[in-house]
Amino acid sequence: HLATSLPLPSERDHLRPRIDLIVFMIDIKSKYSLKNVERSLAYVDASFFLGKVCFLVTGVGRVNACSIETNAIHKLGKTYCSPVLFCELELEGIRVATAQRLLRILQICAGHVPGVSALSFVSLMRSSDDD
Amino acid sequence: MDETVAEYIRRTVLKIPKDEIKMMLQKWGFLSEAQLQTLNFHQIKDNISQEVVQLCEENSADIKQAALLDIIYNHIYQDKRVWTVYQMKKSGDELEYFDITDFKKKFKRKIRSALKNVTITFKEYEDNAIWIRVAWGTPYKKPNQYKPSYVVYHSQTPYVFIAASVIRSNMPLLCQALIVASNYHDIREMELRSHSLNSLKDIVFKRYSQNFPTNTTKPLQREIVEPENADIRIVQENRSEKERIYRLNQEIFGSGPQPKLEFAQYRLETMFKSDPKLDVLDKKEPFRCLVKFSSPHLLESLKSLAPAGMADAPLSPLLTCIPHKARNYFKIREKKSFESFVSP
Repeated sequence: HLATSLPLPSERDHLRPRIDLIVFMIDIKSKYSLKNVERSLAYVDASFFLGKVCFLVTGVGRVNACSIETNAIHKLGKTYCSPVLFCELELEGIRVATAQRLLRILQICAGHVPGVSALSFVSLMRSSDDD
Repeated sequence: MDETVAEYIRRTVLKIPKDEIKMMLQKWGFLSEAQLQTLNFHQIKDNISQEVVQLCEENSADIKQAALLDIIYNHIYQDKRVWTVYQMKKSGDELEYFDITDFKKKFKRKIRSALKNVTITFKEYEDNAIWIRVAWGTPYKKPNQYKPSYVVYHSQTPYVFIAASVIRSNMPLLCQALIVASNYHDIREMELRSHSLNSLKDIVFKRYSQNFPTNTTKPLQREIVEPENADIRIVQENRSEKERIYRLNQEIFGSGPQPKLEFAQYRLETMFKSDPKLDVLDKKEPFRCLVKFSSPHLLESLKSLAPAGMADAPLSPLLTCIPHKARNYFKIREKKSFESFVSP
């Protein structure tokens, strides 16, 4: 399901299946896209932040066109305890690899991988700085 | 043949891309078909232009013919120059019959009365456009053929398009000559500039697709909004929002191609609004600021902002008013309690 922002339109509530993963896409070339994601995060139920949210930053291949600092993005990931993936959609190889990674994450979040749950991501997020 | 004329023709031919030289010389019509046959268009341009000059020598070309070739080049490559739009005003409502010979005579007479050293060339095109080329000199120097002004006048309209030469001091004389020749009484420079002459014409002649608000809800729009959405597994949650944006865009921009502008410039003379605690400016005077938007095709990029998710729809009227206000240079001043446009 694709959405331009949250909250999702309520008229489609009955048509929606269970949500296993939310991927917030941020275009590093657009400050507007970061603002939009920050606004939308307020509408996400706290339970999703136990591994069912992920940030996908696109457009990183065009270094000269970056409008958002990576510091801001890392801070976002840390604040919401969610992984941040970087990719460049214009390159097919990276596009495919990113899609495969997201699919793997989704499989785990949906409970299709025995022995691993979404909570695993949270523990993987802890870096040495935290201790 | 004058050496300066020969050199000018040589340099003009050198400007032309190699595979267009033959076509342009044919359009010029100064060299006969037989003479054109003798030219070898497969050698380097330097040699082609030398051969052209030799043929022109045989035909005793003068500056008038050379200027005509220059007009033809600039007519085809009109987008290389920046054109400014001027609007003329008539004192009364009299419908006067336009006489092209009379126009040319009056124009030349007015310019020559102030400045003897000028080269004035006219060429008429099928779309009722009169192209005028003026090369300017001084009372003591011959005209500089390399920095002429070009004027495009559609006689059925009060609009003149000018690609001025670098020598700005001749503008008042040029404007005077235009109003005298065309029987108008005043001329003013509009705040509308672009490289694309046709787009400027589209804007002032209102030839672009304008926004007519419609009340119909077309189910067809669904197909238009998501043409690539062949995969039914993808669900667009905000389909109605997308359609709203699409509809708004159509209302504001129309459904046809936009006129091609490269810039929009806003000169702000408004007060700086900041947190009073920051105390940035203790003087209460306008904070002068210039905001310039540039793009290879400004209006099309503005039109695609909202559908691309990069801006909220509707866009600021400061941006969307450009075609129907026929201006892309604005001055914004504080007016009482809100900002407004001020037309100069």
